[in-house]
Amino acid sequence: MFGSPDEPALTLKNWSTADPADFVASAAKELAGTSFVANYGPPYNNSVGAVQRLGPFHLPDILGVRIPINTAKDFVLGPLGSQPGPRALSSALATYVAASTSQQQAWANAYANNTLNPDGSTRVTFVNGKVVMPPGNYGPVAVLMQQETQIARSGALDQALITPTGFYTTDYTRPSLFLADGGWFATQGQNQNLTGTQWGMMNETGSYPGQAWLWLYTMLYQIPPYNSTWAANADVDVWFTMVVLTGLLIFVPFIPGLRSIPRLTRVYRLIWRKHYRLIEQPAPGP
Amino acid sequence: MADDPVAADDDFVEPVTKTTGDPADAKMWTARLRRRIVQAFPPDRLLPDRQPAYVASWIYVFGVATVAALVVVIVTGCILAIKGPQWWHVSTVGHFVNSCHLWSVELFFFAMVIHLWGKFFMGAWRGRRAMTWIIGGVTFLGSIVTAFTGYISQTNFDSQWISTQAKDGINATGGGALFDVLNFGQMLMWHITLMPIVVVLLTAWHVLLVRRRGVVPPYPARAPRGATPMPGVAQ
Repeated sequence: MFGSPDEPALTLKNWSTADPADFVASAAKELAGTSFVANYGPPYNNSVGAVQRLGPFHLPDILGVRIPINTAKDFVLGPLGSQPGPRALSSALATYVAASTSQQQAWANAYANNTLNPDGSTRVTFVNGKVVMPPGNYGPVAVLMQQETQIARSGALDQALITPTGFYTTDYTRPSLFLADGGWFATQGQNQNLTGTQWGMMNETGSYPGQAWLWLYTMLYQIPPYNSTWAANADVDVWFTMVVLTGLLIFVPFIPGLRSIPRLTRVYRLIWRKHYRLIEQPAPGP
Repeated sequence: MADDPVAADDDFVEPVTKTTGDPADAKMWTARLRRRIVQAFPPDRLLPDRQPAYVASWIYVFGVATVAALVVVIVTGCILAIKGPQWWHVSTVGHFVNSCHLWSVELFFFAMVIHLWGKFFMGAWRGRRAMTWIIGGVTFLGSIVTAFTGYISQTNFDSQWISTQAKDGINATGGGALFDVLNFGQMLMWHITLMPIVVVLLTAWHVLLVRRRGVVPPYPARAPRGATPMPGVAQ
């Protein structure tokens, strides 16, 4: 009951095994460059998908791209090229890399767009260890996605994403971004009541208090105008609001009006009630 | 403030004595520093035997409770650091220590928030105590960063979820370029080295300021009915 919660970390192996259709659909978007991360913006790339404005300012542009992520290269082509595979894989990689950018996107988009029905349900099936897609002009992408799924289900993709710079590693940025780009990861969070509309990141799994001290920060996301007219820039607006509120808290001794609240509310009389009772008792009669 | 006994004490100059050094060495930097320390923190003020009668209130317990919880946080954190970040996943003893770490953090924040609001409603910045309030507020912020980096250094689903959710807010400020919440190694180093040093130093500074200025006295009382008006007593 009082033991700290410890739900095991999720892996790309877990994802591709539990929900291969969602994994393939996400991997295809990473290859096509149409995923959330592929269009994120700084610090990962030069897109503008997640860049928010604080008035006229784009704060992420100040420091720019410091953690470069090319989803096609880092999440798909690089890991596939680093793994031993059948001749069909090297041939598909060579064909894909040799093709023009427009041809690559045409194949990858055709594949990614065919993974879902118009109602959002999946068109991908996984039969006898093989990814089965509706017929289409996917070029070498069908083979690439088949092999991507194979190495993910073996656990090799997890390792490939954390070891591009060598044996030792402590940086899980790439697998975390890939994992969070899929629908399956969000479902796991929702099952644990962790999404932004439930408890947000102040909560933790199970019936534990989590970071309750973040209540004000997470609450702002739930109320207008942060969740309505300011929703497009909610993150930076919430942060800016918290900076202002924090400044007011820290510098309250110097802010007229605010510093008088204790004197005016007289809560101090409750705190020091024994003291006041003692010194305010009527003077004894003669 | 002329009527502030603590402020008046600050003007007191400690004579050069056995405690403050040999008069022949009075100009050495060590002697000057020692004199300043002794003047700022005379032993009887640094570790007083008695407190004013108005300190007899439960609200004062929460400041001490915050420091006590911080001690448990540091001790359990040191044990976890000695054994490494994966230990608590595979050892029942490790899980127990991690649980103590978790609950001491929860108690630390619980006590600190009550302490903070208590001090707010006591107007605890009065009488040249603004810096004490400010350092306390900054310590609260530092504690939030420390706890946050701890939550994302757990190497489990909680840390995965919290870090992937938090990245968007931090990236929106531009801070994600330097503070990568998905980089476990970076976050662990912040959690077990940088931030604990900051929080412990700030806490020590805060406590020393409390000792130097003393606890804030109550607001002036109302004069008893029928009593002769007295200075410092509201009518």
